[in-house]
Amino acid sequence: MKTAAQTVLPEKSRVEKSRVQDVVLSVRDLAVDIRTYRGTVRAVNGVGFEARAGETLALLGESGCGKSMTAKALAGIMDPVCDLAGGEIILNGTDLAALTPKERLKFAGPELGIVFQDALAALNPVYTVGTQLAEAFRIHEGLSAKDAKMQAIDLMKRVGIPEPESRVNSYPHQFSGGMRQRILIAMAVALNPRLLIADEPTTALDVTVQAQIMQLLRKLREEGQMAVVLITHDLAVVAEEADSVAVMYAGNVVESGPVSQVFSDPRHPYTKGLLESVPVHLERGAHLKSIAGSPPDLHDIPTGCVYQSRCPLVQEICRAERPRLLPVNEHAADARTSVDDDAGSALSANNDSDARPPLPGRVAACHFSKELNNV
Amino acid sequence: MSEPLLQIDGLCKTFHVAKSASGNTRLKALDGISLTVGRGETLGLVGESGCGKSTLARTLMMLETPDEGTVTFEGTNPFGLRGKELMSWRRRVQMVFQDPFASLNARMSAGDIISEPWATHRSLYPSSRERQARMGELLQMVGLRPSDARKSPQEFSGGQRQRIGIARALALNPDVIILDEPVSALDLSVQAQVLNLLNDLQQELGVSYIFISHDLTVVRHVADRVAVMYLGRIIETGDTEEVFDHPRHPYTAALMSASPKLDVTGAKRDRIVLKGELPSPLDPPSGCRFRTRCWKAKDICAEAAPHRRVTAAADGALHLAECHFPLETIRGLAGAAATTAATATAG
Repeated sequence: MKTAAQTVLPEKSRVEKSRVQDVVLSVRDLAVDIRTYRGTVRAVNGVGFEARAGETLALLGESGCGKSMTAKALAGIMDPVCDLAGGEIILNGTDLAALTPKERLKFAGPELGIVFQDALAALNPVYTVGTQLAEAFRIHEGLSAKDAKMQAIDLMKRVGIPEPESRVNSYPHQFSGGMRQRILIAMAVALNPRLLIADEPTTALDVTVQAQIMQLLRKLREEGQMAVVLITHDLAVVAEEADSVAVMYAGNVVESGPVSQVFSDPRHPYTKGLLESVPVHLERGAHLKSIAGSPPDLHDIPTGCVYQSRCPLVQEICRAERPRLLPVNEHAADARTSVDDDAGSALSANNDSDARPPLPGRVAACHFSKELNNV
Repeated sequence: MSEPLLQIDGLCKTFHVAKSASGNTRLKALDGISLTVGRGETLGLVGESGCGKSTLARTLMMLETPDEGTVTFEGTNPFGLRGKELMSWRRRVQMVFQDPFASLNARMSAGDIISEPWATHRSLYPSSRERQARMGELLQMVGLRPSDARKSPQEFSGGQRQRIGIARALALNPDVIILDEPVSALDLSVQAQVLNLLNDLQQELGVSYIFISHDLTVVRHVADRVAVMYLGRIIETGDTEEVFDHPRHPYTAALMSASPKLDVTGAKRDRIVLKGELPSPLDPPSGCRFRTRCWKAKDICAEAAPHRRVTAAADGALHLAECHFPLETIRGLAGAAATTAATATAG
């Protein structure tokens, strides 16, 4: 009975929670180039978002959309073939993009922690987990080996690893997948960073373990009032864990805003298509609305809208001009009547003259975000 | 239910391993699996990694020989077949693999990959003209162009590669296709395309699917019936709606509760988070296998393995669960949470 205990989590209502508004991370116009044999490609193109203390921001997208590259750029751990081509990464008032790699090292740990997808690859197989956990305390706080090890044991307790006193001397391969992920999370939060980047932290895990890890991340976020940037391709994880979401496609953010709003009222055809691809509330075996085609090759991004080749609403203007991320207004359905008055005005003036107040924090990059209900 | 095409009864498979922490050298991957698959039906098989899903799939493909138990396919035991009869049986059960990047030979063209089975089963399409025609048909069926036959796998995207894998499985006109996580390596937008394709093919050809997946949302969408595995046993099985809406086994309830849901209404739900991880199959718990993680476990759970209990679903279909204390009166998870809270206070 004692070993078989289980908990039922009453989830905190996100509305109730006191909204701490201080922005920890602000990314603007981030661009990353990758040099390949076939030429330079822009993997991340003008990406911008904000992460607030005590909240989770999800970067959502399919493989190859640039979400992991964004995470690596934030943490300053890009591969040698990648270049930061522009933009600002402002963490607590400091622009990380302007720093030298050496200066950046000071931020890795105390200010910014990162959790990777594959815990076995991220941990060093030839050192005990205790040594790896203690490293942060030895480097940044100058603790002795003995004190650092005590800290490591405390840390293992904090992330829920049983019998930390004996397990501190074990090697990564002696742990299960879920426990390894816990160790990785412990390393990331060791020095109580303001910002935690979690790059697909549960993709390799089973659902019951995934629920445990997500519960742990939530707990640590509340305790440390961290801002969490959660990178994932799983819409359901975003719906359950995140406060706000930025949807990425082919290196661009195409829509962002509070999760509840974006998912209940998507204003970009890609977001809408993704949501409709998930088989929920459907007759079994019913036809799923899938998105035709596949994402564009980064070598061959079209001028104009990045989503044009798969979009059901595509028009001439989409091929000619790339839509900017613009605020979206309340109720697209009501706004449509004013658009109908002079057809075509929607093409040029997105919503400048619209009387409706823009929704706070909601932006979408689509020429036709108002007409999306018709799709 | 339709006439069972495939019937599995008490299937056991033990592997011998060199050394384990507990000193046990016998790993019981399958421990008394009983299942039926009807003609044209989709059976969903769910469970965590290491629960024996893949061993079961391999056994059904005759890649493993079971230690005990029987497999009956249209009245015959395939493990008793030899020679030509065995060959003709193998034609009828085919498989689609999880990773479309690893399961296609990069040195062969798409056409060669799809037509390779005909080189073994020569009598199926004896003339090259027939094979060419069939190839075009298959490619069209899975949504590729006939001209794609000359391309090599690298020239295709993940979704298209999985279509080639499906065409290869269909090449021998099988009765059963085992789909081992067929969409989990694919992006969401492409996943929906492949699920639609699989659905269309089943409607058209009347083929049965055994659909192995860890994604409960997908299983709920495709499966007629579902079987939940835990440490080598099927702990609950029944009609998909029945099992998903009224899970009887605590593990099933926990699994459903743990799986994230896309609920745009933003309704909050209570969640059962299981403690601990899957015990090692080398050293399974005595009695009920789930007792180490179960919140309803009592002394009897450690002593005796629970028998299968039948609870009739509304439409009279079988709903089986192996538990001493099946979740009885509850309807859905809110009830499960309430029961748990009550147990906790009582304890």
